[in-house]
Amino acid sequence: MSQPVSAAAPAPRLTAEDRWKALRIVSRGDAVYRTALTAVALLLPAVLLALLAELLVNAWPAIREFGVSFLTHAVWDPVAGRYGALPLIVGTLYSSLVAMLIAVPLALGTAIFLTEFAPRPLRRPVATLIELLAAIPSVIYGLWGIFVLLPLLRDVVWPLVRPAVSWLPLFQGVFYGPSVLAGGMILAIMVLPYVTAVSREVLLAVPPAQREAALALGATRWEAVWTVILPYGRTGIVGAVMLGLGRALGETMAVTMVIGNRHEISASLIEPGYTIAAAIANEFAEAASSMHLAALFYVGLVLFVVTVAVNALARLLVWRVARGSAAGSSAA
Amino acid sequence: MRDRSRYLPLVLAALAAAAPLGAQSEVRITGAGATFPYPIYSKWVLEYTKTRPNIEINYQGIGSGGGIRQFTDRTVQFGGTDAPMSDSQVSAARGNVLHIPTVLGAVVPIYNLAGVTAQLRLTPEVLAGIFLGQITRWNDSRIAAANPAVQLPARDVIVVHRSDGSGTTYVFTDYLSKASADWARRVGRGTAVDWPVGLGGQGNPGVASTVGRTPGAVGYVELVYALQNRLARALVRNRAGNFVNATLQSTTAAAAGAVLSLPDDTDFRISITDAEGAEAYPIAAFTWILLPRQMGDATVARPLLEWLWWATHEGQRFATELGYAGLPPRVVQLVEARLRSVTLGGRAVLPPNYGAAGARRR
Repeated sequence: MSQPVSAAAPAPRLTAEDRWKALRIVSRGDAVYRTALTAVALLLPAVLLALLAELLVNAWPAIREFGVSFLTHAVWDPVAGRYGALPLIVGTLYSSLVAMLIAVPLALGTAIFLTEFAPRPLRRPVATLIELLAAIPSVIYGLWGIFVLLPLLRDVVWPLVRPAVSWLPLFQGVFYGPSVLAGGMILAIMVLPYVTAVSREVLLAVPPAQREAALALGATRWEAVWTVILPYGRTGIVGAVMLGLGRALGETMAVTMVIGNRHEISASLIEPGYTIAAAIANEFAEAASSMHLAALFYVGLVLFVVTVAVNALARLLVWRVARGSAAGSSAA
Repeated sequence: MRDRSRYLPLVLAALAAAAPLGAQSEVRITGAGATFPYPIYSKWVLEYTKTRPNIEINYQGIGSGGGIRQFTDRTVQFGGTDAPMSDSQVSAARGNVLHIPTVLGAVVPIYNLAGVTAQLRLTPEVLAGIFLGQITRWNDSRIAAANPAVQLPARDVIVVHRSDGSGTTYVFTDYLSKASADWARRVGRGTAVDWPVGLGGQGNPGVASTVGRTPGAVGYVELVYALQNRLARALVRNRAGNFVNATLQSTTAAAAGAVLSLPDDTDFRISITDAEGAEAYPIAAFTWILLPRQMGDATVARPLLEWLWWATHEGQRFATELGYAGLPPRVVQLVEARLRSVTLGGRAVLPPNYGAAGARRR
């Protein structure tokens, strides 16, 4: 975190490296401590690598059989032993995209409201309530989806909005309830608390001096938020969004209960879809043939790669954003 | 049924892990597999071990696929499955496997048609046509032909199937494969298939709630589940040409009809869908316990066989109250021969006269 105004301190003659060496001679216990910490730090990457290796080994029969065409074929037929994961990959990305389109504006708006505009006594309780959303088990969200959200969408919302939107390619087909839209909405509610909580922390961390400076220059409160506070915290906000996206990509139970679980690619929001995580959860226990099992491992490997790619992309984005000056002078 | 018990195995496994601290059991038997028979297997374990405190039997409901895998890897002493092992799976287990039928289940078509009070009648052709997506309206002449007295609505047919892999799906698609050559060629049978049309619901409750909340929907669930939840279920025409209501009796009748033509040395890897018999309900199936033909563990062999003997004889009286159809006498007879054929180190585990006289009340 760079300070806008850095105080000039007298440079020490001893470098940090020198001090560290000196300390190491003094304390033998440090060596033990350091070894222990290194071991712990290496353990997590090791688990990750072991996970990857396990996925690769188990997926190998399917990788050898189908190769890259696994990623581009749309047929998933366990009876004939033909497996293509394209509908699952598209469905995973599509439902997550829908979720983020709904959740990010809501979460960001909530975070801004809670840090900048809400009356003080309201801030803490509302923030806590939103964070509580994260504590609800996903199967409960799924049940709520089946018993509340789906009937509401199908019987109340859809008849109202249908005349206005039914010409759009996004709303083609017959709407039964279980759909990419419903899956995306459930996901949006589930990632909302994560994105809100992290964004809120980020906005709270913006130094008051930044805010005051903007206001002193004649900015309205809204202008201060839009031109100074958000740009200052954008690195953290991108991180918050990516955390939410990571959750959305891997969420299983609630999605499988409302998305319709159909192995088909459709651009329409109101048609059923399928996600990778849902397919694994659905078919793993009863996958009788070894190729079926290998195909499920393969698709799990794909999910792993997609998630890692999304995280890498987030890193890149954060890095690119952070390279610009943190104190936001760039107009929106 | 399958789903109600989904979390039970976890709880039970946790309890089982803690149990040995207290009770001292000399014999511990472990099994794993299908979730459909889990409630009755638990009941059998509970009742059987009441009088035999030195025996401990664990059955984990992890799914048929998992049961076959664990049985083949010999990490459990017996497996449970709703779909018989394929030839390649049997050879993976080096042929060292016996399929022992324990109880029967059935799968019923359920539907949501407001205003239709009479029980809908479905022929095999209509059922296959609906699930193939060829019959798309309820007032289709093919449905109407079997239901002359019913005023069918001009609604879209909305197909609902299981999204999770399941023995229920296996039985249903096995039946459709027999009912329609088109289905057999285009889709086939399996615990998960490439459905031509429809929405996927998670488990019996997922299918039932989707059907219940979607006007014009048709789906399929376990008979047990339909009975417990009083769902409107269709009559299905059987081989003899009768429209049969799915009940425990008509399910047992299907097994009785199917085994009439079986040779004495059957390996029981048979489908009893579309069975013979005037009363036979056509979408019925066994659920099996998998046993090694040649046992490896001397401490486990005899108690395991005795428990299975008890389950397929005295234990059958618990079937009805738990919603399963019991085995017909002819099947029990064949099971006896199978159990007697199990060996340990080349010698039969059970004495040749086992179960004949006083041995039954051991």
